[in-house]
Amino acid sequence: MTGKIRIGRLVFLILVLLFLYIPILLLAFYSFTNASVFGSFSSFSLKNYVTLFTTPDMQNMILGTVVLALLSSAIATVLGTSGAIGFFYSKRRTTRFFSSVNQIPVINADVVTGFSLCILLVVVLGIGKDTYIPLVLGHVALSAPFVYLSVIPKLKQMDPSLYEAALDLGATPKTALFKVIIPQLFSGIVSGFMLAITLSLDDYFIATYTKPATFDTISTYVVNATKGTHTEVKTALWALSTLIFVIVLVIVIAMNVRAAKSSSARQQRRNG
Amino acid sequence: MRFSRKALGIPYGIFLLLFVAAPLAVLFYYAFTNGSGQFTFRNLTGFFTDANTLGTLFYSFALAFVTTVVCLLIAYPTAYFLAHSRLKSKSVMIMLFIMPMWINFSLRITALKELLTMIEGNLACYPFLNSVLGMTYDFLPFMILPIYNVLTRLDQSLVEAAKDLGANNTRTFLKVTLPLSMPGVMSGVMMVFLPAMTNYVVLDMLYNSTYIMGSLIGSYFSAYNWHGGSMISLILLGIICLFTLLTDTDKEENVRGGTLL
Repeated sequence: MTGKIRIGRLVFLILVLLFLYIPILLLAFYSFTNASVFGSFSSFSLKNYVTLFTTPDMQNMILGTVVLALLSSAIATVLGTSGAIGFFYSKRRTTRFFSSVNQIPVINADVVTGFSLCILLVVVLGIGKDTYIPLVLGHVALSAPFVYLSVIPKLKQMDPSLYEAALDLGATPKTALFKVIIPQLFSGIVSGFMLAITLSLDDYFIATYTKPATFDTISTYVVNATKGTHTEVKTALWALSTLIFVIVLVIVIAMNVRAAKSSSARQQRRNG
Repeated sequence: MRFSRKALGIPYGIFLLLFVAAPLAVLFYYAFTNGSGQFTFRNLTGFFTDANTLGTLFYSFALAFVTTVVCLLIAYPTAYFLAHSRLKSKSVMIMLFIMPMWINFSLRITALKELLTMIEGNLACYPFLNSVLGMTYDFLPFMILPIYNVLTRLDQSLVEAAKDLGANNTRTFLKVTLPLSMPGVMSGVMMVFLPAMTNYVVLDMLYNSTYIMGSLIGSYFSAYNWHGGSMISLILLGIICLFTLLTDTDKEENVRGGTLL
């Protein structure tokens, strides 16, 4: 590859990165000023961060989003994992049927998922949105299929004789499940859980169609705030965006450092 | 009852039937009935005879098509250059391109909106352009990741074989690399096209008041018109089914939520 082509490729990659990051970074910059629009500010200030952490509305929606994500992801992880194990060892026909049903929320548009759940749970069954049941069920229905999908490959990779060996050595099926199968699937379960968290945090549509009127997630709150005219609320959300960006950045760096460590450890083992 | 591994699937099986399959059955029922519960084709014929709703369908297709093409034109070279770069830290680089998808989409669109407002002044002047930009900004990582995954797994010996047999770079790319990376492209297209037809929040936030298919569901929902909304949902499901059959995407290629595994 000639040098010119290499530089051209690098420039292209940098341009794409700029497109992805300039809006977020500008927002981060202006979140530390007293500006209400991009382009002009008179002084630096932390007032957006103060507003974010002292307005009860905002505290509630942040806390609510996090609790909802953790709760729905925990349920989704248990359901999706047990489902994956169960279907994997079922008859071929059963497995095929349920994996296709499992695909529905994955490829379906979230608007349709949210709307159909709202009709079934709220309109037909009459479960009040105020009970939070439709909301939690909706988020579980959105994310459990992804947990299932991240556990299945681990089941395929697992040596089937491990379970038989545990039984032959006198373990009860339950012990074999918890001591042999689940540890083998662990990385898949963890990535499924993480996936469930990100899906729940990012969701707007399912929440809109199933949430109680007084409850807001970050997404629904932000969307409503952009329709309103409260400048103070709007700029406080810039602070929230910046905080989330920093948290994601820290998690990604931590994951990379860990991955690098474990891969170098593996290499050392192989060499030594 | 004796414990068996099969039995572990029962709770999730019931869950899937109740909260994934049953809602779709209810959609069918509501789409083909009217307010008093009588069977009717009105909702369906109404959609395909009303100029407004047909216009919405057309606008959604146009927006989704342009967005998908723009995403593809940016994502394919990005994935290709990344996969073929001699950079040491490829995994860190791809992370950089994927990371935005873990930041809440409404906050990212807020950031884009503020930037566009600064550049354009009045957002309402370029509704279509802004919507394409917003959707591209939102969905680009979902297009890059599956293409990158396919390209890094591509058997390099095939590329070398083509070159040994006398094909030049362009021909090798068109006849070997591109066809072999189609599964990634297809799942990328799935990840972008359908959300672009339905994610009306991006349009709302960027002051594009034109409806897309998703906005129709939203407006029926606000008007408590379950029957109309169900029919739109059903039409969208039909489009999704058609897409799935046409593209036949590999399950493991799905990257929603951004897993790198």
